[in-house]
Amino acid sequence: MRDSFVARHPSVLIFLALLALFTLGVTVLAEGFGIGLISTSFVKTLGKTMCLCLIAVAMDLIWGYCGILSLGHFAFFGLGGYMIGMWLMYERTRLIVEGSLAQGALPPTEQEIVAAIGTQIFGVVGSSEFPLVWAFADSLALQLALVVLVPGLLALVFGWLAFRSRVTGVYLSILTQAMTLALALYLFQNDSGLRGNNGLSGLQNLPGVEAPQSVVSLWFFWASALALALGYLLAAWIVSGKFGSVIRGIRDNEARVRFLGYSVEIYKLAVFTLTACIAGIAGALYYPQAGIVNPAEIAPIASIYLAVWVAIGGRGRLYGAVIGAAFVSLVSSWFTGGQIPDLALGPLTIRWVDWWTIVLGLSFVLVTLFAPSGIGGLFDLWQGRRHPDRHGADLGPNAGALREKEATE
Amino acid sequence: MTRLMIALTALFLLCTQAMAQDATVQSVLQAHRETIEKGSRKSIGAAIDAIAASGLPQAQDVLQVWAAKEMWQRGGDGLFFRGVEKTGRQVELFDFDSGQSVGMLDRDDLEQIKPNSGVRALIGTALVQFQLSDPDPIRRAEALDAIQRSPAAELLAPLRASIPAEPDPALKDRKMRVERLLTMAYDPDDQARITAIEDMSGDLGVDMRATLNPLLVTRIVLAEGLPATANIRREVKPGDPALGLAAAYDMLIAAGLAQPIPDAEARKALLIEHAADGLVAGIPLHQLDTQAARDAAYVQLAQAGLVPRWSTAEAPEVVVTRHRFVEVYNEPSAAVTEAAEQALDEIEMRVGLNQAFDLGLDALSLASIYFLAAIGLAITFGVMGVINMAHGEFIMMGAYTGYMVQQVIADHTLSILVAIPLAFAVTFAAGVAMERLVIRHLYNRPLETLLATFGISIAMQQLAKNIFGTQARPLTAPGWLDGAWVLNDVVSISYIRIAIFVLALIFLGLFLFIMRRTRLGLETRAVTQNPRMAASMGINPDRINMLTFGLGSGIAGIAGVAIGLFAKVTSELGSDYIVQSFMTVVVGGVGNIWGTLAGAAMIGTLQKGIEWLNPSNTLAAQTYMIIFIIIFIQFRPRGIIALRGRAAGD
Repeated sequence: MRDSFVARHPSVLIFLALLALFTLGVTVLAEGFGIGLISTSFVKTLGKTMCLCLIAVAMDLIWGYCGILSLGHFAFFGLGGYMIGMWLMYERTRLIVEGSLAQGALPPTEQEIVAAIGTQIFGVVGSSEFPLVWAFADSLALQLALVVLVPGLLALVFGWLAFRSRVTGVYLSILTQAMTLALALYLFQNDSGLRGNNGLSGLQNLPGVEAPQSVVSLWFFWASALALALGYLLAAWIVSGKFGSVIRGIRDNEARVRFLGYSVEIYKLAVFTLTACIAGIAGALYYPQAGIVNPAEIAPIASIYLAVWVAIGGRGRLYGAVIGAAFVSLVSSWFTGGQIPDLALGPLTIRWVDWWTIVLGLSFVLVTLFAPSGIGGLFDLWQGRRHPDRHGADLGPNAGALREKEATE
Repeated sequence: MTRLMIALTALFLLCTQAMAQDATVQSVLQAHRETIEKGSRKSIGAAIDAIAASGLPQAQDVLQVWAAKEMWQRGGDGLFFRGVEKTGRQVELFDFDSGQSVGMLDRDDLEQIKPNSGVRALIGTALVQFQLSDPDPIRRAEALDAIQRSPAAELLAPLRASIPAEPDPALKDRKMRVERLLTMAYDPDDQARITAIEDMSGDLGVDMRATLNPLLVTRIVLAEGLPATANIRREVKPGDPALGLAAAYDMLIAAGLAQPIPDAEARKALLIEHAADGLVAGIPLHQLDTQAARDAAYVQLAQAGLVPRWSTAEAPEVVVTRHRFVEVYNEPSAAVTEAAEQALDEIEMRVGLNQAFDLGLDALSLASIYFLAAIGLAITFGVMGVINMAHGEFIMMGAYTGYMVQQVIADHTLSILVAIPLAFAVTFAAGVAMERLVIRHLYNRPLETLLATFGISIAMQQLAKNIFGTQARPLTAPGWLDGAWVLNDVVSISYIRIAIFVLALIFLGLFLFIMRRTRLGLETRAVTQNPRMAASMGINPDRINMLTFGLGSGIAGIAGVAIGLFAKVTSELGSDYIVQSFMTVVVGGVGNIWGTLAGAAMIGTLQKGIEWLNPSNTLAAQTYMIIFIIIFIQFRPRGIIALRGRAAGD
């Protein structure tokens, strides 16, 4: 009899247990319900970090397991944020507008309310009409569905076009980067219908909720933790089965898998679309905590940083992605927060706010060169796992194949 | 006593002169003495005309002196003189006719004639006829400029009169051209205007269009009550883009053909006004939360006679359809407007053709910029297969090198000549260092190369930001590259773009020469095709890779100097071009310089084309271009010019 899923993958259980402990600990220490040792803004930072961990898991699935270096997943992340942001903004403005119109002598008509909301939301881009994309903004259920559907559909169409014409490797990376750039540039326009470079703002206020931010932040923190747990579980389940074996095969030798009779394109498309949906959910949880979503979030650089997190954490292992995202984004915000004292080196003073990016860039080069298995590789050292000795050759001939030093026996 | 004496003498002189010569300037001035003293714009015309038409040689002088506020009137006798202010409130007076000084007088005994700006403009117009025949060609050209700046009907006659005597052929051509333009605008004879329009049709000058357009100014009016002679262009239906419903209805109201009706807001206000005890027209207020309910309540109020009548049948959109609206030319003559329309159509077609040509030039120059930015990449990525995300930073490094050189060498021409080889050297060294330290270890691992070079890219960008700050640094082009090559009023191209085009051609030649005619090129091609075989032939692949990568980086550095000449040099300079550069190489086809050329041409043309379709929105242009490229890759995944067979490598 086969072992149970958990028994075969003890790391999943360990991860979930640690996540639960962490969530519990933060809840106890936070202002909302506990002893107030952790400030509300730091709870938000932790919640946001968990969303970033979730999208890193998605990135690991597509890059680490399927070998597709997508430089466009932040586009899906941003789209998810936009979808939930539309409802939050519409609903909040509606409550405000209804409150002020109720002061009038006559009860407001439906048209008057919609027109007033339009003026409120789009006044900043010199318009007052609702564009077509806001058609479902009044319905939470529909917008929640769109959080998954819009990124999923975009990924489906883009992936179908790209995989069908056998665009692979670096070309695909550049193409996904171009997609992100196109989307960001499109959203930057004022007439895109999503408020141009102003983006959607005021998302931290839940409409109709009286609770203080210290409590709301914990709700989102829990939701983020839950989403991360479920996402991690889903990803672990996917990669543990036959499906996972096939996509790993595609990563290491796509041609061979195709000759074995698998429809490589369908597998790739499925993973690409699924990870886009996960990214959308992560974005929908991230931006209400950040409070604002604008096109700059979708800029190509964000997606490259995503790849950086996964690479530093160790690609091809799910906990590596989580560690990488959490470690790099927390350390980044620590360094760029200006709390580190300057370092005086003779005539040169290192101000970490300015020099952190350089350190990050160079450490990234070093990780790529000398430690392709990233931080996750430390666990292998600890457990005494060895790398396969292929005399310098990687696992497969393909560009996305796992490198000798990344793999474990 | 003296004053009286002088006055008497002057009077005597005046009389004798008037008798002797019949007309002096002074006599003309005296004839219009009152109007000149009054200085009113409305009445002064007669005086100016009289002076200008007197045919006296001093007429021009008098007008100039008058306009320059140098004309003084003597208190006692009211004679006019040219006055020159001396020290101590003394003014030396000169007689207009003789030009002789007639002595000094105290300011208190004089009246300075100060024409206001309206009068000065009239004098200026009168002066034009003198200036048009001035012996100095520069003055004549200035007079023509003045006419073109503010054309007027009364300038036509003096201009025509001055043409036959014009000695300078170039000025004569210009005069005739201006005469044609004035004729079509102001000649009283319609036939002459039509002839002038037909003579000049197809002319591309901005002045021609500026003359024709006012002839074709139209306004939209109600057809009722329009005189039969009106020059009607077309009938306009309300709701047409030119005539909104509200505007049409306002016109009807103004003509007394319709009553102002309360709009939804006004009706709402009236409802509120007539509400009492939570009821209006017997309907509870809280039920009025739809437009239909509000309309019903209002109709009830109207039936009770409490508010102005209103019904859906009397809505503006219904009422306006019962009337005709027409677009009428301000110009009364139909023949003239027809000729002008035809001429303008022809001009617009020719302008369109020229604009297309201009757009083509723009596209060509954009394509050469992309080609320049991408050519280094065509070597490192296209030939070697190394994906270098820091390529843009090499471009930036080249631009900053140019900036640093300009800090040391002030002469711009010399500094550019020094900067180009220096930028090559700097980026060549940086490229070699990067190849040795990083890329060498990652050959055949393109995804890892991408990420590692990206790490270098962000580090270099931040380093540049730390050193040079975030503000843009100037890299000034030499003076001889300023300005533009102007073909006509529509087509022009700046010299700097021509220079970049030439530079791109030079690089293309250089690339072809190195790859096809030199040892390095041969060895590079050998190493890219089969490194092990090349190695067994005695080629050192390590060295060749290093040199080739250095060459690609060095060319990026020179491109940086060129791009820095017209773009702002910032630390983000490179990242602005990196995606476009990769697109250029990928669209064109990897491994083939002609492909890169084709890719640059296609992307440049496409971007300019889309910008032309939607000129207000360059962001949208880039979006659509990228989408187009994504779709294009579907059909030609290996680019425009795809390598085939063994050279393709798979």
